[in-house]
Amino acid sequence: MEPLLKVEDLTVEVGGRQVVRDLTLEVPRGETYVIFGPNGSGKTSLLMSIAGIPSYKVVKGRILFEGKDLTPLPADVRARMGIALAFQYPPEIKGVKLKDLLKICGGLKPEDKLSEELLDLAKKLRVYELLEREIHVGFSGGERKRVEVMLVLAMKPKLLLLDEPDSGVDVESLKLISEEIQNYLKTHNASSIIVTHQGQILEYIDAEKACVLFGGSVYCYREPRRIFNTIREVGYKACVECMGRA
Amino acid sequence: MKALAKSPLYDIPHQILKAASKVGVEADESKRSATYFQIDHSKVLAAVNEYYKGKVEVLSIVDAVKKYDWLKDYLWRLIPPDKDEYTHRVHSELGGGYFIRILPGVKVDLPLQACLVIAKEGFEQAVHNVIIAEEGSDAHIITGCTLHPHVNSSLHIGVSEFFVKRGAKLNFTMVHSWSQGTVVKPRSAALIEEGATFISNYICLNPVKEVQAYPVAYVAGRRGIAVFNSILYAARSSFMDIGSRVELVAPEARSEVTSRAVASSGSKVVARGMLIASASPVKAHLECKGLILDDDSSIHAIPELVGSKRDVDLSHEAAVGKLADHEIAYLMSRGLSREDAVSVLVRGFLNVELLGLPKELADEINALIMRLAKGM
Repeated sequence: MEPLLKVEDLTVEVGGRQVVRDLTLEVPRGETYVIFGPNGSGKTSLLMSIAGIPSYKVVKGRILFEGKDLTPLPADVRARMGIALAFQYPPEIKGVKLKDLLKICGGLKPEDKLSEELLDLAKKLRVYELLEREIHVGFSGGERKRVEVMLVLAMKPKLLLLDEPDSGVDVESLKLISEEIQNYLKTHNASSIIVTHQGQILEYIDAEKACVLFGGSVYCYREPRRIFNTIREVGYKACVECMGRA
Repeated sequence: MKALAKSPLYDIPHQILKAASKVGVEADESKRSATYFQIDHSKVLAAVNEYYKGKVEVLSIVDAVKKYDWLKDYLWRLIPPDKDEYTHRVHSELGGGYFIRILPGVKVDLPLQACLVIAKEGFEQAVHNVIIAEEGSDAHIITGCTLHPHVNSSLHIGVSEFFVKRGAKLNFTMVHSWSQGTVVKPRSAALIEEGATFISNYICLNPVKEVQAYPVAYVAGRRGIAVFNSILYAARSSFMDIGSRVELVAPEARSEVTSRAVASSGSKVVARGMLIASASPVKAHLECKGLILDDDSSIHAIPELVGSKRDVDLSHEAAVGKLADHEIAYLMSRGLSREDAVSVLVRGFLNVELLGLPKELADEINALIMRLAKGM
């Protein structure tokens, strides 16, 4: 069966600098891939280019989603196709209420009331009190992450891209976020790519593969927990040298 | 519906009433405590709802001057008649205007409204408005100035003088909607006494040939407060030169001046703000923010601070820029088209919610902003 996402020989530049190099990756339907890698290895850039954020320019290769080439498509079209990205550092949007963005993500019109389902999601992620606030303005790190997860889950995507959902997040919040994500992935047979540094998210989420991004290239293996432990013991470089390319 | 059927405003031609509704004027009497309505130089209505009689007064300025001899001591007290050719014109050719007075100690829960409409093509409307908020009163006035949709060019000169007496609170919102051929010259001044608060909101969103105004507030009483908010959307070759000047001449006077302007499609905005402190201690802040949506438009922000006493705290921030690409990208990644993302961000930038307007008016204004931002 055709994979949901196919990244072929992808090279991405930001501000004229290459951040992802000849990267090839396939994510089948219903599978979760965890991505490890040192800072600056291109993890965020990879997710941003799949989501179609303009400042991440694809200079070589292509990204196929359900067989369609995403490369010429803008971010909003990709979102409507079923790709949702939870930003690591979402911007503050002054003067716009969070509840209005939640309506947009949930496919509602501005004049509609928030559905029970969306209100429940907000309550479960403990961000209900933030709905009347301006988007991400003055939110703590944990609040930003929980809000991002709420927004992407509201979009009911086929492919969930999570950029460090566990960094800067307390233990309790992490459990909350992870349970909601895991629940969504299972009930909707959705795929996801989760970028993590801490690896704690592995306690809660079943991931099929761990990919290590190193020097712009990707090395993918089964047994994410084992890979994470190896990285902790010997570091990224040694890990990929030892394990070799998958 | 009984109130609607009885409303005298329903005798007004439909197109004019519809235009008036877009600038905050309500035909439904249950939503306003009093109404003044003028078309060209004719008073159509000056009435106070039954419940508010004896609490507020609304008259045409011409009738008010005849009724109250003491009113002549108010007219032109704050603005010299020879300030410029426009004030001179109003002084010599008075064509109407309104007199609104909130009686002492009265707190009015429903807004009062005034509407000045130009219905004749090429008409030159010259009005003088006097508003007195007596001691301890508290009221909100919404004034809408607009024209019949068929009027392409006209001139509107409005002189407005506000007297906010001891302990009174006056919230005054002016909504303007003109046409690409109309020139608008409002001149206004407010005197704020001890412990009084004057909040003046000015909203001008539709294309206009030129609107130039530089209202002044004199905070002349201890602990007086003056707040000016301007929300401007200059599109289709509009020229808007809007400022606010506050003179803090009493101890513990405070002021907050905020201006948000968007310029697009060959428009020019000059956003002025001046805070002058000649008493101490006083505290005031001025914020001018401008958003330019294309290469054919410009915004000139001119914040000025003048302090002439030691214990003053005056500050300003001014910024002119564009929408942040990463904010547009973020909203697009949530499924909004670029066009929709831009209009959401422009609406958020202008942030009308902060003014605390009645919901229908705020919704109307937000809907207009979204349409303008989409180039409609």
